[in-house]
Amino acid sequence: MAELSRQIGTVAPHDRTTSLTGPPSWKRFVPERWYAHVILWIACLLIGFPLLYAALVSTQNNAQVANFVLSPGSSFAENFQQVMVNRYLGEYMLNTISLAVVITIGKTILSLLSGLAFVYFRFPGKWIVFGFVLATLMMPTEILIIGLYRYVSGTLGWGGTFQALAVPFLASATGTFLFRQHFSNLPAELSEAAQMDGANPLQFLWRVLIPMSWNTIGALAVIQFVYSWNMYLWPQLIMQGGDFQVVQVGLRTLLAVDTSIAYGPLMLGAVIASIPPVIVFIILQKQFMSGFQITTDK
Amino acid sequence: MLPPELIVLISIAAPALVGAAWLYRGSRTLSAGFIGVIAGGIGGALFMVPLNYCTFEADRTSTDVAFGVFLIALGAVIGIAVGAGVNRIVGSGKGISSLTSEQNTAGTFKGTVIPFALLAPTLVILALFLYAPALDNLRLSTLLARLGTDRTAFVCVDNFTKLLEPRQNYGQTLYATFLISFFTVIIGLAISLMIAYVAYQPVRGASIYRTLLIWPYAISPPVAGIIFGMVFNEGAGIMNHLIRSGGGVPVQWLQSASIAPWTIIAASVWKSMGFNILFYIAGLQNVPKDLIEAAAIDGANFVVRFRRVIIPMLSPITFFLIITNITYAFFETYGTIDFLTRGGPAGATSTMIYRIVDNGLNQRDLGSAAAQSLILFSLVIIITLIQFRTSGRRVTYGR
Repeated sequence: MAELSRQIGTVAPHDRTTSLTGPPSWKRFVPERWYAHVILWIACLLIGFPLLYAALVSTQNNAQVANFVLSPGSSFAENFQQVMVNRYLGEYMLNTISLAVVITIGKTILSLLSGLAFVYFRFPGKWIVFGFVLATLMMPTEILIIGLYRYVSGTLGWGGTFQALAVPFLASATGTFLFRQHFSNLPAELSEAAQMDGANPLQFLWRVLIPMSWNTIGALAVIQFVYSWNMYLWPQLIMQGGDFQVVQVGLRTLLAVDTSIAYGPLMLGAVIASIPPVIVFIILQKQFMSGFQITTDK
Repeated sequence: MLPPELIVLISIAAPALVGAAWLYRGSRTLSAGFIGVIAGGIGGALFMVPLNYCTFEADRTSTDVAFGVFLIALGAVIGIAVGAGVNRIVGSGKGISSLTSEQNTAGTFKGTVIPFALLAPTLVILALFLYAPALDNLRLSTLLARLGTDRTAFVCVDNFTKLLEPRQNYGQTLYATFLISFFTVIIGLAISLMIAYVAYQPVRGASIYRTLLIWPYAISPPVAGIIFGMVFNEGAGIMNHLIRSGGGVPVQWLQSASIAPWTIIAASVWKSMGFNILFYIAGLQNVPKDLIEAAAIDGANFVVRFRRVIIPMLSPITFFLIITNITYAFFETYGTIDFLTRGGPAGATSTMIYRIVDNGLNQRDLGSAAAQSLILFSLVIIITLIQFRTSGRRVTYGR
């Protein structure tokens, strides 16, 4: 596992010996495995094309879009004003950041606590409790959406509120297993030593486990941040008519600016809404991968 | 029609006998047979007692009766499967204690209240926001219930059998779901494997290439729908512009019932490719190099090496990706569809999850939506069970 995550980060060192021993002169300008570079360039361009096209359209007005102008248009400032101010996307972005941060931190804390309970305690009914958590892996929110909607908006009366978006997602079977797996790979001497020093479980968690778990915390954080940033179905249902809205649902308001679709603002909104999760994912891609390794390799 | 008492008796006795035979055949002990009787009996009654055997009432149609028999059989299978698990634990000699306590005591803290206090927030949230809605869903599926009114009426299994009526067009919903899911998974994995095979080679700038290949993972399904809606826009989109300037006839990417599902598939493949490439690169880096070299020395050409060495070595990761991609295609495509086609034209892209939301919250038919949720739920459970049965062998990297 550690082996794997290390290898994801680094690729085997480049073999440079041929270029040192005097190759034919033209070879110096053609990279080794040039065909791989060509294919990878094409693949990167094909994958990037839809977003590049969207970014191009985001600078144009409808006339430029309809004429297929392939250079940046003249309406970026106008579109930006339209999207961020007139259509409140700036506000939606701030809402979504606070939601994603609350869910990510809350999930991490609750998962650390339940991981601690499962690894460092013996208690009656442990495996029944464990099964109770395990079974929720089979219950995607989408399947329960009707019951969840009735409960949260009807019984609790939380429709349109922040807690309706955050609270149902604070507990996580994935996070619990991630930390359970990580903790049980740590040597038992750690907790024995901590107990001899008279530390209570929370002190042990705070002073010993968390400093040793940053990689796992990063893994959970990136998975959960991207997940909560990209939530769509649930906020669409539960936030109807509320003042608070997340960015993915807020994009809907860009579909009909003055009865006809203005393509520029819509594309600009889509591009801006994608920047935070893409950046977080790219920065934490190594942790992301190792997180999946742990959950799948148990 | 048979008298009700006899139906109850048969529905419990038959599964009990099957359960006894099944478990006895496995371990040939009386206790196993006894567990089989109990498990089968409970299984047979599992769905029928809450329904009060309503599918067998005198005025029920033959469809209802058939569905009732199906539910008895399904309950029996669940019951016997659980019974087999219990039998294995009892038979292994560890007894029930292995269920309730852990053998390893090294380094554990004392106290039985503290762990429950630590687990309480997680358990409460799971109970309130996952288990309770799931039970509510189960109950709703037998009710005539409208969103916005509190009055409900028990309708037995009508919400399920109604889906079989031709005018409900549920077959089309299933077809759209399987078409979109199947091709999203197959095409997505095939392209991703090919790209990953090139990207894992030690070329200069490999990590930059990798980042440029995997970022679509973080794009949301709605944004994928918006962007592909622009690319494939029938009037102003670049695809039809290219076709027109090549002298072709513009394609109705979103308006044609036969093409629209493929536009959804294209957007879903694009969005899921980052994840697949990431995992395939990781898998390929763990295929032993000497294995590939040995095959090359034996004279195996590129195609043969790929088919005989690479694909088999990657099968655990492919399996993992198939499962995660199916779940993605079932649920996450909702946002893409909602922005691209809204289930249209004429229901051609209305997948199961899209229809659940549409029927339940737009048409306000909670009962039918709950019933459809349970059908989707059972599909997910089947997939997850396959995943669990193979877990451990699933992502093995050889070393």
